[in-house]
Amino acid sequence: MANNHKSEAYVSFQNVQKTYDGEILVVKDLNLDAERGEFLTMLGPSGSGKTTVLLMLAGFETATHGEIILDGTSINNVPPHKRHIGMVFQNYALFPHLTVNENLAFPLQVRKIPKSEIEERVANALDMVQLGEFGSRRPMQLSGGQQQRIAVARALVFEPKIVLMDEPLGALDKQLREQMQYEIKELHEKLEVTIVYVTHDQSEALTMSNRIAVFDDGVIQQLAAPNVLYEEPENAFVAQFIGENNTLSGQVSSIDKDTCTVKVGDGESLQALPIKIDGVGSNTMISLRPERVVVNPESGTYPNEVSAEIKELIYLGDHIRSRMNVCGHDDFIVKIPNSANHAQLKPGNSVKVGWMAEDARALDALETT
Amino acid sequence: MIKTPEKIELFTADGVPLKLSLARVQRRSKMVAFLMVSPLLLFMVFAFLVPIADMLLLSVDNSIVERILPKTVKSIKYWDPHDDKLPDEAVFAAMVEDIKKAKKAREHTKIGTRLNYESSGFASLFRKAGRKVKKINEPPYKKALIKSDKRWGDIQTWRVIKQFSSGYTGGYYLAAFDLKRDFADGSVSSLPEEDSIYLKLFLRTILLSTTITFLTLIIGFPLSYMLAKVPTRISNILIIFVLLPFWTSLLVRTTSWIALLQQEGVINDFLILVGIINEDGRLAMIHNATGTVVAMTHILLPFMILPLFSVMKTIPKSYVRAAISLGAHPWIAFWKIYFPNTAPGIGAGSILVFILAIGYYITPALVGGSSGTFISNRIAYHMSSSLNWGLGSAIGVILLLFVVLLFLLYDKIVGINNMKLG
Ligand SMILES: Nc1ncnc2c1ncn2[C@@H]1O[C@H](COP(=O)(O)OP(=O)(O)O)[C@@H](O)[C@H]1O
Ligand SMILES: [Mg+2]
Repeated sequence: MANNHKSEAYVSFQNVQKTYDGEILVVKDLNLDAERGEFLTMLGPSGSGKTTVLLMLAGFETATHGEIILDGTSINNVPPHKRHIGMVFQNYALFPHLTVNENLAFPLQVRKIPKSEIEERVANALDMVQLGEFGSRRPMQLSGGQQQRIAVARALVFEPKIVLMDEPLGALDKQLREQMQYEIKELHEKLEVTIVYVTHDQSEALTMSNRIAVFDDGVIQQLAAPNVLYEEPENAFVAQFIGENNTLSGQVSSIDKDTCTVKVGDGESLQALPIKIDGVGSNTMISLRPERVVVNPESGTYPNEVSAEIKELIYLGDHIRSRMNVCGHDDFIVKIPNSANHAQLKPGNSVKVGWMAEDARALDALETT
Repeated sequence: MIKTPEKIELFTADGVPLKLSLARVQRRSKMVAFLMVSPLLLFMVFAFLVPIADMLLLSVDNSIVERILPKTVKSIKYWDPHDDKLPDEAVFAAMVEDIKKAKKAREHTKIGTRLNYESSGFASLFRKAGRKVKKINEPPYKKALIKSDKRWGDIQTWRVIKQFSSGYTGGYYLAAFDLKRDFADGSVSSLPEEDSIYLKLFLRTILLSTTITFLTLIIGFPLSYMLAKVPTRISNILIIFVLLPFWTSLLVRTTSWIALLQQEGVINDFLILVGIINEDGRLAMIHNATGTVVAMTHILLPFMILPLFSVMKTIPKSYVRAAISLGAHPWIAFWKIYFPNTAPGIGAGSILVFILAIGYYITPALVGGSSGTFISNRIAYHMSSSLNWGLGSAIGVILLLFVVLLFLLYDKIVGINNMKLG
């Protein structure tokens, strides 16, 4: 993937490992590169080691093994206050005893920047996040969203080499969170600053990032652009974690060049793309996005065509969400576009469903399911 | 201009005015709330408010003179103490009659004791008069009384009686500030240096309490910081060690300091053993101010640590991290960001320790010697030994006012709401 860009890497983790207790590796052999100006997101469930990676980059945790490189030099032995890395914390970490202005001035004061310049840069940073009039307030006198913006402004005001954000929107309500996602993305594009962002919210990651590193259990499962991650998940974990996903488990019965045949639970044979399978006879899981399934197709148009029983219909305006029993799995979700001819669908009805072989990806079988 | 909507009276469904119905509902819940706190309220009133009110009264109360010498007090009203003339016959007659009555009730020594606080000699004067008055049965009383003791012929005696004939007196407060009133012209002046003790004691109490507060802060701050930093599992255990002193008797703690600090004590022995001092140079570390400061710093330390700890516990780790990531050296991050956020704990701990310290008396009494006792020891002395409750109360009231003043000052500067007591 990014290996051929190695010369361009601005931030680079090389074979980094981390353990807190000497027994469990929280981060296992991490290799991750970010380019200058990139918005890279680390996405993964809670406890997967994202924060640990961020803290190692910021210098608050030391890597047990491996090397971290920033802008061409190893920073393993650089203390955190000399790394010039801005950081936005989940609880904002605004200093409550200082005003907003003083909070923003803090990184400039410790850098011994002249007073007049500090004032100017603080004012600019406040304008940048549209909070120009709030400079003399205390953080406690601001709303959650405003505090969040101040925290972002403070992490940017000293023009750091890179900005780290650890679930910065986690404490905000949904609407505000979405608005802030766009604002941060806009700032990123305007300032061309490198951002490493951590979240467990996949839609947030998809909205904001240039590339996403999906973490699980201290390992990067896949590193790719949002659309690639969604369209072409490389393993079952990623397929499950990103977006909605139907899984059909079975055994590989034959493999061609581009397609493989999978025998699923009830004996049906399905065509799928072989992505991550161990060969004929191995267990696999077919991953299929709900919106790629067509209800009652003209027969013969799709290589995969099976009968299904409608269990549940939920009307969602622009589409109808239907739960069906397909090949013995009764949690098979289909998103049916809202058009006139679907009026006759009722729970209990039997229908045909079909999909392309390219939309069905045969992946590794997760042990947990 | 904002238009206020016209007030319309609202009614509930069955026609009762809404306000009335609300008041009814609230009255019930108020009653319940009141009943629940009433035991505590009663306790507070009888164990706290009443004694304080009593103390306030005692510190100005002078009704004893009027009670024991009622006739004298009435008749001496018409005598002018600046006249340089003794009161007339009527006053002496009243005095003789009063003393006779008091003698019967065995109260004549009490009035003597009371007036003796103001001017020494009165105790013996009244004791003697008690013995002599039964022989004085007819006028002229003036002559007879003066004959029984020539002090009755001293105009100064009568001036003191006149001065303290009213039901209330500020005399105890004057005494508490080492002041005295001249009985001839009523002017107030301070006692000579060698007789003044209270001001010196007040000053020493405040000075030593400040020292103790400062020491507990210096020792308690790093300790609390460490407690707040280690994992909760460990800090819970360490907190027990902080609280351990609470579970041993104050006397035990104090006397163990005596064992450590006395001239033949452990520390002196050790210092001689390692050769830092020699046998003649044993340090006097107890029965003086040093002893008081050392023992009380130890005893009051938990009162500093607990509020500090509880405040530090709530300061998120991310504050210091944020400061460091913004480029501040860890020391600067600590000083500029962490430390100011501990202010509520420092304030609460300091005020708590200081207030406890200025009211302490057991420890200074045991280890303070003559240079390490506090004003409270003086209160205890007046309450239990000299039985001058008025003066004891006056000192107590002054101490109370001082503490209240301190609180108000603190509120003004830091804000009481910012105080965290654990
Ligand atoms: N300071 C620490 N000491 C010991 N274990 C830790 C510490 N911080 C995190 N961990 C452990 O490391 C793992 C990864 O944690 P973290 O990096 O915070 O994950 P995430 O941010 O993805 O939720 C978790 O199992 C967590 O319990
Ligand atoms: Mg985390």
